[in-house]
Amino acid sequence: MAAVEVSGLTVRYGDLQAVRDVSFTASAGEVTAVLGPNGAGKTSTIEVCEGFRRATAGTVRVLGLDPATQQRLLSERMGVMLQEGGVYPSARVLDTVRHYCSLYGKGAEATALVAQVGLASRSTATWRRLSGGEKQRVSLALAMAARPEVAFLDEPTSGVDVNGRDTIRGIVRGLADGGCAVVLATHELDEAERLADRVIIFDQGNVIADGTLAELRRGHDEIRFRSSPNLDTLALATAIGMVASRIGHDEYVIDAPPHPRLMAQLTAWLADEGHPLTDLRAGAQRLEDVFRRLTAEQLKPLDEVGEDTQ
Amino acid sequence: MSRFRSQLRAELQLVSRNGEQLLLTLGIPVLLLVFFSLVDVLPTNTDDPIDFLAPGVLALAVMSTAMVSLGIGTGFERSYHVLKRLGATPLGRGRLIAAKITSVAVVEMVQFAILIPVAYLLGWAPDSTNWPAAIGAVLLGTMAFAGIGLAFAGRLRGELNLAALNGLYLVMLLLGGMVIPFTKLPGVLRTVAHGLPSGALADVLREALGANGSQPTTSWIVLAIWAAITPVIAATVFRWD
Repeated sequence: MAAVEVSGLTVRYGDLQAVRDVSFTASAGEVTAVLGPNGAGKTSTIEVCEGFRRATAGTVRVLGLDPATQQRLLSERMGVMLQEGGVYPSARVLDTVRHYCSLYGKGAEATALVAQVGLASRSTATWRRLSGGEKQRVSLALAMAARPEVAFLDEPTSGVDVNGRDTIRGIVRGLADGGCAVVLATHELDEAERLADRVIIFDQGNVIADGTLAELRRGHDEIRFRSSPNLDTLALATAIGMVASRIGHDEYVIDAPPHPRLMAQLTAWLADEGHPLTDLRAGAQRLEDVFRRLTAEQLKPLDEVGEDTQ
Repeated sequence: MSRFRSQLRAELQLVSRNGEQLLLTLGIPVLLLVFFSLVDVLPTNTDDPIDFLAPGVLALAVMSTAMVSLGIGTGFERSYHVLKRLGATPLGRGRLIAAKITSVAVVEMVQFAILIPVAYLLGWAPDSTNWPAAIGAVLLGTMAFAGIGLAFAGRLRGELNLAALNGLYLVMLLLGGMVIPFTKLPGVLRTVAHGLPSGALADVLREALGANGSQPTTSWIVLAIWAAITPVIAATVFRWD
């Protein structure tokens, strides 16, 4: 049984339909990344799963419980990390973590938890004195206070420096490896690419993609390279038998699998024409490209019909 | 019970670290008591102003703590998403509100432990005292004012809540019979003042702690109605986020 099961979820705020008939699942032991632009409906969906918001229609089960009517039972087994805040400015780190640990029947040990998120040396600091990254780590510790079976983490590495991100990613990965179902809402595609076992992409209230990274990338191989800004893409296409498109000042893409023969044709043509090859990447699209492609595809028909997408 | 205790401990830690709240809850009542006892400018209708002021300032202390401090603190907790974060734990609304009201009671005990000796030092010598009635009135007043504070905090955003509660504090201070006797207010205002929880609490405390130990029935009824209604309103309009 999936830890999170969302079926036909619709959330409406007055005339605005924020979430439209959305269905997906998230499993124990996996990190499920929920991606989407602002206003895509991901926060509304997650808030319904957490029990903060009522669904207009549809069914949501988290650990087999209905968050709307069984939130108290669910909260014993659920960790929540808010995007920002959640702690009083004058509260101290260890006091806050200890307070939250004591609110759960089988809460974690506070001192160990503070050490785990790398804040042992800051345990007496108040929230207002913490850096953005330290605040995120405290928030993550609060989400882990329950020893959760399911955790909803909203932008866990937002505002965190490189080393801090590695720490947080390690902790999140450890949570999932320990059997927790981690649902990660993020704008940061790189974050999802590094952490997620499964990706769900929201756009305009709909789920437009749902699968593993490999599944989302399948059929979308490409060759991407940098060369002179003024390449004759028509001549190149004639030479290699594939359409080449300019996507930046000096950046080009060929939507094709990176077959060695094609690579050889490309590099030979560049050499023959006297153009440099300053960068070359071939293979599966990055998640960022998958995301752009899918959200752009979603926008097209709506633009054509002039629908108000909010 | 341990969740309640944990939340209560957190509430008291926050109160002790919040200098502005401590100034409001401890400093201002003491200042008013001392100043207006020594500077006889209020029309108290008594031989010694302290006999009028002491019960009034005790009522003021209850209002400061239960309505203003609790309301403003809780309003900012909502702005800082503290309530939303707590809403995702097994604490529950009932334990949260119980912990907050208990922390108010603890602060009130500290206030009284300071104010009552100061009043005696200033010459307060009540003819008679009915402490059980006074304690009952303080409990009802705490419920009434906490209900008002939490109702405001449950609905208004932080800054608006701050302004509204401070404004209400001033109105209730002036019309509440705490520092200005009801008899000095013009007719309509006097009627309004008698219907306010501040007026009812001050009236009951003044009778219980000084005047003649008698029970002003109307003020008890007014206070009980406020104590019964405002917590229900607060629970109805309260939002975690």
